[in-house]
Amino acid sequence: MSLVQVEDLSVRYGARTVLSRVSLQVQPSEIITIVGPNGSGKTSLLRAIIGAVKPSQGRIVWGSGVKIGYVPQKLHIDETLPITVSRFLKLPGGIAVADIDYALAQAGVPELTKAQLSQLSGGQFQRVLLARALIGKPDFLLLDEATQGLDQRGSASFYQQIETVRQTTGCAVLMISHELHVVMSASDRVICLNGHVCCEGTPAVVASAPEYRALFGTGTGGALALYRHEHDHGHDHSDHADHCHDHTETAE
Amino acid sequence: MLDDFMVRAALAGVGVAVAAAPLGCFVVWRRMAYFGDATAHAAILGVALSLAFSMSVFVGTIVVALLMALVVSVLSGRGYAMDTLLGVLAHSALAVGLVAVSFISGVRIDLMAYLFGDILAVSRGDLSVIWGGAVLVVVLIGWRWSALLTSTLSEDLAYASGIKPKREQLVLTIALAITVAVAIKVVGVLLIAAMLIIPAAAARPLSRTPEGMAIAAGLIGILSAIIGLRAAYVLDTPAGPSIVCVAAITFVATSILKGLGRQR
Repeated sequence: MSLVQVEDLSVRYGARTVLSRVSLQVQPSEIITIVGPNGSGKTSLLRAIIGAVKPSQGRIVWGSGVKIGYVPQKLHIDETLPITVSRFLKLPGGIAVADIDYALAQAGVPELTKAQLSQLSGGQFQRVLLARALIGKPDFLLLDEATQGLDQRGSASFYQQIETVRQTTGCAVLMISHELHVVMSASDRVICLNGHVCCEGTPAVVASAPEYRALFGTGTGGALALYRHEHDHGHDHSDHADHCHDHTETAE
Repeated sequence: MLDDFMVRAALAGVGVAVAAAPLGCFVVWRRMAYFGDATAHAAILGVALSLAFSMSVFVGTIVVALLMALVVSVLSGRGYAMDTLLGVLAHSALAVGLVAVSFISGVRIDLMAYLFGDILAVSRGDLSVIWGGAVLVVVLIGWRWSALLTSTLSEDLAYASGIKPKREQLVLTIALAITVAVAIKVVGVLLIAAMLIIPAAAARPLSRTPEGMAIAAGLIGILSAIIGLRAAYVLDTPAGPSIVCVAAITFVATSILKGLGRQR
């Protein structure tokens, strides 16, 4: 049974149609990535799924009792609002201290409990947002360009963390990313969006689809090949571990 | 005890400070300062209407403040920047209110009392209205606290948690309207925004959590009311502005404290 089913969804802002007749299904523990050019309706699709945008047509059908976690695009915390990381994570209510520590550890930043939210670096902040998304033990995690503003190492280690979370909790992941090669390597399924679903399938299928190449050129096909090469040789794991290490060091 | 006008004035000031503190924090966090100002300015139109239809001033100001908030939310995002829109509406409402007041014949009203407050003339009836309103605002905001805070941090995060940010915005708007209506007698329409913003801003450097900031703002507001009234009595200065001056001095003090703390 699917976690969520998007049926024939259209979204319109005034006279402008940003999404037309999009359908997709999310199965338990799969990682789906949405790629597409700017203005292709990626964020609108995610916001429609969480209920922040009303669809002009179509519907979203949820499996029973599905809990979602959402990681927004970089979020601005006003300097005037004092709030510690632990208070932020406690916001949904009924959260124990142990849950907070566990979620922060899962997100890779166990040391930040007492830090002020407005003082965090970009990478730390995204990880705290991830912790906040994980704290309700979601079955379904949605990420909207969660690595915006992070450097390549930071985002690689962030996606590594997502993969780890999926392995340990078995939650499904639906994410938007513009970092095509990083993301496509980690996905089970890729959906190429440009107002409508252009093409979808495994990363390899999408990367070779003519619709995808028309949007992104052949350069990214090369990047995927490069990834495969790394993967074959098993470089990426030791590599990523290195990145993780670097990241926490710079974060402190 | 309530026979003493100074005691009644102090209680009125404390009541307004209690209502203004948690609300003022949200006004600061959400950058609604100008919205608070606009709602307060519009209240003078409410005063005029109340007098014209011989209703209670409290009811008139609440209705107009709510209407104002409604018009703003309907018109926002339709081609005007928010500050322009609020500027147009706030000052138009103030001007229309002042003109409307001049049409009311037979009733002699002291306009200055509504513009700057008349805390020394607070009656027992006023006190019960002020405290009723203050308790209502605190209960309303306390009840919606987590949801309000989540929507303030991020609307999308709120939606994902099953919270409706529009509804929380409405809660704040209602609380703001009540506070304006309650505070008119104490500080007047021109200084209501000051009671909202200054204690909250003064509390910011002292706080690590949102709750801490709301409580600190409350204490600063209460102290400002009491010390300001005392100063007005001793120095023979206008009461409302004196209260705001004390709050402003506190703001300067906590800002300097924060600056010193950073240097260490």
